[in-house]
Order: sequence, then C-alpha cells, then structure tokens
Amino acid sequence: MTDIAIDIKPQRSQWADVWDQFKTHPGAVLGMVFFVTICLLILFGPLLWHFSPHDMMIRDRNQGPSWVHPLGTDQLGHDAFAQILAGGRVSLLVGVTAMGISIFLGTFIGVLAGYFKRLDGLLMRLTDLFLALPLLPLLLVIIMLFRDTLRMAFGPETGIFILIVFVIGITSWMQTARIVRGDVLALKEQEFVLAARSIGTPPHRMILRHILPNVMSPIMVSATLGIANAIITESALSFLGLGFPSDFPTWGKLLQIATERMTLNPAQVMWPGLAISLTVLSVNYMGDGLRDALDPRIRGR
Amino acid sequence: MFNFTVRRLLFTIPTLLFISFVIFFILDAAPSDPTGNLPLTIPPDVREKIRASLGLDQPMIVRYLLWCKQFFINEPLNLLDQWGLHLGDPDRLRVISFQTRSPVVDMIAERMPQTLWVVGMSYVVGVMIALPIGIISAVRQYSWFDQLGTFISMIGFSVPTFFTGVLMIVVFSTIVPRDSFFWFPSIYDTTLKVTDWASFGAQVRQMAMPVFVLALYNAAQISRFMRASMLDNLNQDYVRTARAKGLRERTVLLVHVLRNSLIPVITVIALGVPQVFGGAIITEQVFKVNGLGQLLIIAIQGGDIPTVQTLTFIFAVLIVLFNLIADILYGILDPRIRYD
Repeated sequence: MTDIAIDIKPQRSQWADVWDQFKTHPGAVLGMVFFVTICLLILFGPLLWHFSPHDMMIRDRNQGPSWVHPLGTDQLGHDAFAQILAGGRVSLLVGVTAMGISIFLGTFIGVLAGYFKRLDGLLMRLTDLFLALPLLPLLLVIIMLFRDTLRMAFGPETGIFILIVFVIGITSWMQTARIVRGDVLALKEQEFVLAARSIGTPPHRMILRHILPNVMSPIMVSATLGIANAIITESALSFLGLGFPSDFPTWGKLLQIATERMTLNPAQVMWPGLAISLTVLSVNYMGDGLRDALDPRIRGR
Repeated sequence: MFNFTVRRLLFTIPTLLFISFVIFFILDAAPSDPTGNLPLTIPPDVREKIRASLGLDQPMIVRYLLWCKQFFINEPLNLLDQWGLHLGDPDRLRVISFQTRSPVVDMIAERMPQTLWVVGMSYVVGVMIALPIGIISAVRQYSWFDQLGTFISMIGFSVPTFFTGVLMIVVFSTIVPRDSFFWFPSIYDTTLKVTDWASFGAQVRQMAMPVFVLALYNAAQISRFMRASMLDNLNQDYVRTARAKGLRERTVLLVHVLRNSLIPVITVIALGVPQVFGGAIITEQVFKVNGLGQLLIIAIQGGDIPTVQTLTFIFAVLIVLFNLIADILYGILDPRIRYD
C-alpha cells in the first residue's frame, strides 16, 4: 500500500487555471499580444516619436511612406504616425471609460434586479425599454443637441469626451444587466447563499462578498466586448462628423478626414481604419478566449 | 397563441407611446434652438415670431400631444385619402419639417425605396451567404472550412462598415481604372431609372458595393448563430435515430437537423432587421445613398425636430414590431414553445 504513486499537484488558484486555458487559444493569445503592443505604443509612443501630432510640415504634405514619415503625411503635413498614436490614446480612453460606465450600470442594475424580487419587474421593463430604443439615431441626436452646452461648460475637448463616454455608457449596459441578472437568480438558489443568509449576513455584504465574485466571469467577458463596441461606436460618431473637434485626432476622425480627400491620397485612409479594425479584432479574440477560459465546463478538458 | 398575439399587440401601444414621449422629451430638453442657424441680423421680435410660427411657443406637453395627433390620426387619414377613401376634413395639419416646410411623411416616402433596396437586398444577400456557411461549418466542425469561416466572420463583425466601405471605394473606384469592368461607382445615383438592360446593369453596379459591405457584416453574425444552432442539434438523439433508420446523411442533415436548427436562427434574423436599418445610416453616408439614414443626419444637423422625432420613432416602431414578429414566429415554428 505504500508504493501507490499519489499525484499531488501543487495548489493552484482559479486564475492560474483560467490563464492555462487562455493560453491554449492561439487567437486569444495573439489578440492579447497585439492589444498590449498597441496600448504600450500609444502610451509611450508619443513621448519617443520625434514628431508631435500638431507639427505641420506644410511643404511635405500628402507624402507617401518614407523613412522620415513611415506612414506618410496628411493634407496639412501632419505626420500620420504621430496622429495615429495620438488618436489611439483618445479612442482607447473613450473605449475603456465608456466600457467602465456601461459595466458598472449593467452590473448594478443586473444585481439589483436579480437579488431583490420587488425591483425585478420594474428594472427589467426598463431594460426592455432601452433595448427598444433606436440607439444609433438617439446617440446622434443627443450628441448633436447637447454638445454645445457641454463644450461651453468643460471646454471643447473635455466636454465632448464626457458627453461621448457618458452617452455610449448609458446606451450599452442592457446586455450585461440581463446576463448578470440571470446569473444572480441562479446563484441565489445555491446552498452557500442560504448558509450565508442563515448567519445573518446583511444584503449589501451578501452582494459584495458572495454574489459579485461569482458573477465576475460573465462581467469580464462583456467588459472586453464592451471595449470593442465602444471603440466602434466612437469611431462611427466621429466618422459621421459628430465626434471630437477636428484638430483633436481620434481614429474615427482621422478616417473621416482621410475619406474626404480619398482621391488625392488614398493611402491615408488605410492607417486609421486598420488601427480601428485590428484593435477591435484583437479585443474580440481576447473576449472569445476569455469566454472559453472562464467557462468551467470547457476548462480542464 | 392568438391570445398571446393580441396581448402583445395591445402591450405595444403603451410601449410605443412611451418611447415616442421619451424621444420627444430628449429632443425638447436639449438646449438647441431651431432658429439658431438663422442670420444674426434678424431682430429678436421677428425671431420670436418665427419661433411661434414653428409652434415652439407652446408648452412641451401641448406640442407632444399635437405631434401625436398629427402622426397617429392625421397621417393615417391622409394615407386613406390618397387611396380614395375620404374621412373628415381634408385640410388637416400634417407633421411639417422645419427645414423644407413639406410634410415629413412625404419626405420619408421619397427616400424609403433607396433604403429598402440597398438595406433589404444586403440583408437578403447576407442571409443567403450566411446559412450555407453556417451549415457547412457545423457539419465539418474544426475543418479548414470551419476555421476559415470563423476567421472571416470574426473579421466581419470587427471591421466597422465605415472602413470596409471606404476601403472598397479606394480599391474599386479610385485604384481600378475607370473603363475597367471592375470599376464601381462610389456614389449612389437615385435618378437612375431602370428601363432597359443597360440601366439595369448600372443599377446593379451602383448597388453592388453598399450591398456587399452590409451583407458581409450581417452574414458574419448570422453564420455564427447558424453554426451554433446546427451543432446543438447534431448531438441530439433524434439525429442518431434518423441515421439508425438508414436515412441518407443528406436527408438527416437537410431535412431533420436543418429544419430544427432554423427555428432560433429565424428569430435572430427577424430581430436583426431593425438593427440593420440603424446600421445602414453609416453605410448610406459612406456611399451617399440618399435614404432614410441620410435624411436623419441632415435633419439632425439642421435642428429639424419634427423630422428627427418622426424618423427616430419609425426606427423604434421597427424594433418593437420585429421583436413581436420574432416572438410570434418562435411560437409558430417551435411547438414546444407555448405562451398561454
């Protein structure tokens, strides 16, 4: 009886398992590497790059790629690479902040609706109502109507940033709320919740300590997809001319400006479009891998 | 089923009224002034008169009820008039655009065909591409075809339509020479009348790029649903039974599995229709199609509140309507679903 080989594995945390599963999805790993590279580039790139996005080299306008300007220059002689880097900062910041608002709202409403039976009907009708609103037209309308007021209150850039982030956030929380509510409803029936309740845990601690940690995985997945969604929405708004002011580059804005001058300089259309597409693609792949990695039925197979 | 349909239909009425009120409220709460674009030389008292002539001096609730009366009572009556059925006073007040001073419903009717042709065609094409791809991907799961399909659909819904559209314009309208067969017009010409084969060809060519761009985007999502739904059904016991009976694989797949897998996919297709109309706003802008989306953008930029209100409300009606259609279709197609 002594020589039974007991295969003792070292104690592993849940997140180590998730990471192991995540690593088996090549698309997700590639997506993450790409996304991290983009983040590092736009964070530190502008500090290292020898042109600022506001440098106008009017003699060198509409140039193709060269050693001095690797992505060429636009119609005013701005260095395209510096513009892409600066635009990426705004686009990603909008994406992450809007995602934060939308996840916070979605989780808050989902948990409340799932946990408190009295609020369920009301909050879910509210969610249904938001889902029935035509979002893109409303987004356009709200931004068009409110941007002048906010610009005057917070300055041209901060005002429009607050408006866009806020508007994208409050129009994209519904899916998260539905998923979280479903999960909370299922969790509420489990024994550990009953046990926690029987020792007199008050509702707020119950939610923060027992419910929320258990609904983290769907929240994380919808957070990744939320970034992608917010980046696309912001670019779409900028593309329609309803985003940031024109001297303030974002990827959507750069694409719009390049589109207007497409016949003169078609290459400039590529870079901002590629930046948006590849970032969203990498984020979507990350979300895909994360969904598999966080699903205990797939993990460990 | 009938009870359910009637109940849902009755429930849509307060929903739609509430949505129209929300839209009206947002438009009204906005600090924008429809007379803001007029020259500054207009004296304030004249400006006040202009505002009064647009009906803006009334309280908000009065204007909302007036819009409701115009949209829900006068416009349908007007439609009946056009069909030769006269009811009540013929000079009823219609929803009038601030910008053009013409009835909004007429403007919408003018632009509806372009949107329906481009958007509707793209959705049909998208579904027709998506279904076979989804089916083959599921049957040959993890094959190279499936991997390629997954990759393309990932690209399809990651790359925004305003980039694919612009990219296609760059390639097929600027790089390709003008006299080549592969040159496509980047601007949609509404004045083109289809009278013979040549003009039909021109119509097909000018629709090709917007339709393809939207179709790629739609097909990406629907093919994923089709694949997942097929995979769910392929593992069911009835498939094994059908194979055990000695049915040919084709019969098993195309008769037994496909019919059951289509049930959720049809719901998804119905639910996607209103989103397609919303998303078409961008594509219409890229290819200069003067459809509903472009009308909305022009109206928003001009502060034309009646047009924006009516158009946004029509988009909302589409969403509610297709939600209802999806629910009813689901009940009809799947005998396991009983709402009563």
